[in-house]
Amino acid sequence: MQKFMLQGLLRRALTEQAPAPDATSMAELGYTLGRTARQKLGRSLSIREVDAGSCNGCELEIHALNNAYYDLERFGMRFVASPRHADVLLVTGPVTKNMREALERTYAATPDPKWVIAVGDCAFDGGVFCESYACVGAVASVVPVDLHIRGCPPDPTTLLKGLIAFVENME
Amino acid sequence: MNFASKQTARRSSQPTCLPWPREIVDRTGWLAFAESLAKGERELLSLWGEGSSVHMAVLEQREPRLRIVSLECPDGAFPSVARLHIPASRLERAICDLYGLKSVGAPDHRPWLDHGRWGIRQPCGARKEIDSTCDPYEFLPVEGEPFHQIPVGPVHAGIIEPGHFRFSANGETVIRLEERLGFVHKGIDRLTSGASIERAAQIAARVSGDSTVAYSLAFAQAVEAAFDVNVPPRAAYLRALMAELERLANHFGDVGAICNDAAFALMHAQCGLVRERILREAATCFGHRLMMDRIAPGGVVVDLEREKVSGLYTLIDWIELMTPRLIALFGDTTSLQDRTVGTGVVSEALAKQYACGGYVGRASGRAFDARKAIGYAPYPQLAFEIGASKECDVDARVWVRFDEIRASLQIVRQILDAAPEGPIIAAWTLPEDWTREGAALVEGFRGEIFVWLRIRADGVIQRCHMRDPSWFQWPLLEAAIKDNIVADFPLCNKSFNCSYSGHDL
Repeated sequence: MQKFMLQGLLRRALTEQAPAPDATSMAELGYTLGRTARQKLGRSLSIREVDAGSCNGCELEIHALNNAYYDLERFGMRFVASPRHADVLLVTGPVTKNMREALERTYAATPDPKWVIAVGDCAFDGGVFCESYACVGAVASVVPVDLHIRGCPPDPTTLLKGLIAFVENME
Repeated sequence: MNFASKQTARRSSQPTCLPWPREIVDRTGWLAFAESLAKGERELLSLWGEGSSVHMAVLEQREPRLRIVSLECPDGAFPSVARLHIPASRLERAICDLYGLKSVGAPDHRPWLDHGRWGIRQPCGARKEIDSTCDPYEFLPVEGEPFHQIPVGPVHAGIIEPGHFRFSANGETVIRLEERLGFVHKGIDRLTSGASIERAAQIAARVSGDSTVAYSLAFAQAVEAAFDVNVPPRAAYLRALMAELERLANHFGDVGAICNDAAFALMHAQCGLVRERILREAATCFGHRLMMDRIAPGGVVVDLEREKVSGLYTLIDWIELMTPRLIALFGDTTSLQDRTVGTGVVSEALAKQYACGGYVGRASGRAFDARKAIGYAPYPQLAFEIGASKECDVDARVWVRFDEIRASLQIVRQILDAAPEGPIIAAWTLPEDWTREGAALVEGFRGEIFVWLRIRADGVIQRCHMRDPSWFQWPLLEAAIKDNIVADFPLCNKSFNCSYSGHDL
C-alpha cells in the first residue's frame, strides 16, 4: 500500500483540464436557470442519479466522472445517496412504466430549488425503446427537464461539458 | 450441416435450428427433460415462450453440448419445470407474464416482470387491456423469532440500476432476502419480434450496456448460424479482442467497486484508472468507449488500423505491470480480507443446481466457460486458463476475477500477435427460401449469454430470445446473504454484480 501512497505523492496528478462548456447545452440552459440559483448554491451541486430503465451504459459513464481523470468533485459537484440531499436529478433511461412512479416520487422527494438533467438518447426520446408497451419514453414527459445531454451513452467528457455548462449558467 | 441434410431436416416435421438441433417433444418428453434436470444429469440453460409453445435449452454432459426442446401447448398451459427443478421458477413466471402461458403445478404463481403498470396483460401473447395502475405484490412470509423488515429500492443509494430488495433481519443478521425485479423491463421480446436484423442487432447491443460487445456477438453468431454465414478469420479475432477488452474493463471496475464497498477506496481509485485507460484505448481503436454496435452479423464494422496496434500493446504491457501490484494490494490488506473472506457463501451444490455461470459459478466450483465448452472462433486457437475456486465467498469471487484478468491479458496478446489480415465482414444475402433458426452461446464477462432466434425468409425476426447469465445468479444472491449481516449486503451484491437490465429485458 505504501508504494501506491508514495506514487500518489510523487506523481503528477492524472486529472485532466476541464473541457469548455458545451455550446448547445448553454443555449438550452440560457433561460432555465436564474441568478438566484447561483446565489443559493454557489458552485456546489449535489447530484442524485436515477436510473429509470437504462441499459446501464449511461451509468457506467456517469461512474467514470468520479475517476481521477475527470474528478467531478473539483467542480463542487458530487453524487449523493438520497434525493433529499440533492439539487439535481440526473435521470437516464427510456422511463419504463415499472419505474415511472419511482421517478415521480424521487422528484417529489427532492427539495426546491431543483433541476433535472436527462442523460442519454433514451432519456431524450426513448431511444431504441421508444415504441415499447413497457416504456413511457422521454424523461421530459414525466418530470420537467432543464437540460438534455445526448449520446448513447454520452462519454464522460460530454457529460462534463453539459454539467459545466449547467453550473456556469447559474450565474 | 450441409445443404442436403438441411433439406432433409426441412422435410421432416422437426424444425431446422443451427448449430444445435431443436426437437419438438410431447408432454412426456418435456417432463423427462425436467426430471433429468432435477437429477443433475443435464443443466438448465434457458426456458422461454413463443406464441403457444414453450422452449427449453439444456446443457448436456456430452456432444452436442446444447439441446433445445419445444412443447406445443395449444391449451395455453404446460407442465411446470420448476415443480421438479426450482431454478426454472422465475423464467416460468416471466413466460406467464409476457405470453400468458400457464405453468401447471408451479411452486410460485406470483407475477415477476409484470407489475400491473403496462396497461395491458400478456403483451407478447393474447393482449388484454387493463385498468389497474399497479398490482399488489405479496412477499414471502417470514416466521419465527422477532425480526424486522428493511425495504430497499427500487431507487438505490449508488449509481446503479433499480430493483427492490426486501430484507427480513433479526438484529443485524439477515434471515431472508427476497428480490423483486422487473423495474427496468423494456419489452425487448416484443420490440425484437417483427424487427429487421439491423434493428434487432441495435436492441441486442442495448440489453445490458456493460455487456454490449458480448450481446452483439451472441446475436450475430445466432444470425450467422441460422444463415450458415462464415465469418472471416480477421473478424473473429477482432470480435474476441473487443470481447476481452470489455471483460477486462468490467473486471477491473468490479474489483475496485467491491473493495470500495468494503471502504477501501484506494483500490477503487487504482482500478478506476485501469478501466478508464482500457475504455479510452477502445475508443481510439474502435470509435466507441464501450464498443457498442461494432459487431454486426457477418463480421465487424470497424477494422483495427495497423498504427493503433502499438497502443494496445502499450496498454496491456502497463496492465500486466499493474495487475500484480493490485493483487498484492488486495491480498496484503488484512482489513479488507477481514470483510471478504467467509462473506456471502454460495455452496457448490447450489451453483451446480442453478448451472450458475461466470465468476459466481467459478468461485463455487463450477468452471463452465463457453469459450472452452462451445469453443467458438477464435478461442480454440488461443491458449488460456480459466480460473476456479471452491472457497465460495466474496474473496473467491475477487480472486477468480483476477484469474480472468490474467487469462484475458494472455488472449489479447495472442490476438495482437496472430490476428490474420483480410476482410472484416462477410458478404451475405438473405437466402429468401424459408424460415431459419439459429442459436449461440457466448461468454460475456458475467457469464454465458444465450441467444436463440427465428428469422423469416424476408429477413424479419419472428422471435429473438436473449437470456442473461444473471437469471441464475440473482437467486443465489438471496442464498449468499443469508446469515450475513445487513451491512455486508452491498459487498455481496457487488461481488455478484448481476445485471438488472439484462434480466428484466
